[in-house]
Amino acid sequence: MTVSPQDGGGRPSGGARLRGLGGRAWIPLVLPALLILAVFFFYPLAEIVRRSFAEIAPPGTSPFGNYQWFFDTPANLTILRRTIVTAVAVTAACLLVAYPYAYLMTVVGRRTRAVLLALVLVPFWTSLMVRNFAWIVLLQDQGPVNDALAAVGVGRQRLIGNVSGVTIAMIQILLPFATLPIYAVLRGIDRRLLQAAQSLGAPPWRAFLKVYLPLSAPGILAGALIVFVISLGFYVTPALLGSPTNALISQFIFIQVSTLLDWGRGGAMAVVLLVVAMVLIGLGSLAARRGQSRLSTGIDPA
Amino acid sequence: MAPTLVVIPMGFTAANTFQFPPSDWTLDRYSSLFSDPAWFDALKTSVIVAVLVTALATVLGTAAAFGLSRSRFRMKPAISAVLLVPMVVPTVVVAIAIYAIFLKWRFVGTLHGFVLAHTLLALPFVFVPVTASLQTFDRRLERAAASLGAPPLRAFLQVTLPSIRSGVLTGALFAFITSFDELVVSLFLGTATVRTLPVQMYGSVTREIDPTVAAASTVTLLLTTTLLLAVLFRPQREAVL
Repeated sequence: MTVSPQDGGGRPSGGARLRGLGGRAWIPLVLPALLILAVFFFYPLAEIVRRSFAEIAPPGTSPFGNYQWFFDTPANLTILRRTIVTAVAVTAACLLVAYPYAYLMTVVGRRTRAVLLALVLVPFWTSLMVRNFAWIVLLQDQGPVNDALAAVGVGRQRLIGNVSGVTIAMIQILLPFATLPIYAVLRGIDRRLLQAAQSLGAPPWRAFLKVYLPLSAPGILAGALIVFVISLGFYVTPALLGSPTNALISQFIFIQVSTLLDWGRGGAMAVVLLVVAMVLIGLGSLAARRGQSRLSTGIDPA
Repeated sequence: MAPTLVVIPMGFTAANTFQFPPSDWTLDRYSSLFSDPAWFDALKTSVIVAVLVTALATVLGTAAAFGLSRSRFRMKPAISAVLLVPMVVPTVVVAIAIYAIFLKWRFVGTLHGFVLAHTLLALPFVFVPVTASLQTFDRRLERAAASLGAPPLRAFLQVTLPSIRSGVLTGALFAFITSFDELVVSLFLGTATVRTLPVQMYGSVTREIDPTVAAASTVTLLLTTTLLLAVLFRPQREAVL
């Protein structure tokens, strides 16, 4: 995710014998992994792209027929818009919860931090199916959440089979994806900078806004990007807690392929989703790299 | 975390619904999890697949991380990026891509089909922690071993591997959990006879309202949480995370 493997072989090697083993001698070890990825990942993806152009409903029309169909059908655009709106809402909510939590993790003692970290990691690695099932139990019409809403006088709400249930569950499920990268960045911020700002007369909130927040931007960006991209392609939660009439794009792709067996159209939608995700990730890492070089050269236009 | 815990009391419900809190209590759900062939076979398949995936992904991922950390050439950052791509491609897209190819190769509903698909998804989760622990490893130790006459393989097994053990262990755990929990790809690859536990659970939530799913959830929850806490809070050095 945000962990990018860096150059591990940077240290100059001593001894002629070992220098001979450096360079390219170890590349064969990487090949089996690359081979598996090539055969079972990149080749299938390429096939999906090919079929999205090759398998067109009335044969003989333009190779872009499936894409034209996708962007010319109002129902499809409604689904795309609903998917993006849900992803934006989930991302915003995750950031609002994750940032203070990650901040808390940087100011508490070692032991409390370990507990807080475990509270993030355990759900992170808890079965998706289990967590979705738990949300079904909680949000169902006669479930505990509705009982509570009725008790405080709000009245029972329909929380399953629509976008609200999907959004609530997705926020809880994707929260660790925002918390972990934000925490990784906050941990590295030198808190003495805040003291410096305050000693120069900035009130605490101002020191936070002008010093701390900009320094934490890479973490916010990484967290937001990961949550947003995963939300766009999320299948299980919308399928279990949503409904076909409120479908998100992933459910629609699933139906095209598994029920309608329309690999051309399903493939075209998958390619649209893939391109959106890749473009966002590309822009995000570009922005991150820019921010980094600005920090290291000390030139900060802000 | 807390919302997930509702599945535990649900595992003891006597009613044939997902009514919460349960009105009557029973152990029937657990007995059907282990006696009903549909549930028990799914559990067995999941465990077998996850164990094979852990072995395969850990070996391939560690080899790749080690090979890459020892190499110096221009394409290196690109290759690391390629190894991480499965993490960022939306799962539905991966799922339909693998499904299309596996239909052609008749891999759908087979054990090796599940193992190969899950290995691919698990690889980055091994590669990342192993790469991280290799970065803190002092290569002079390897050189010392070599200068004392150890061949490279022996130096790796007796010097390098023990020092990056925590990274490899973390990667293996992540690989196991990735496979054991995987749902989207498995929904496509599963058939009526060969399916993994999450697929069986999915079916029991969407098609028949079968509270056995709560017992299965509790077992899954216990298994993954125990494994995770064991690795997170293991007594030795700090976990590589």
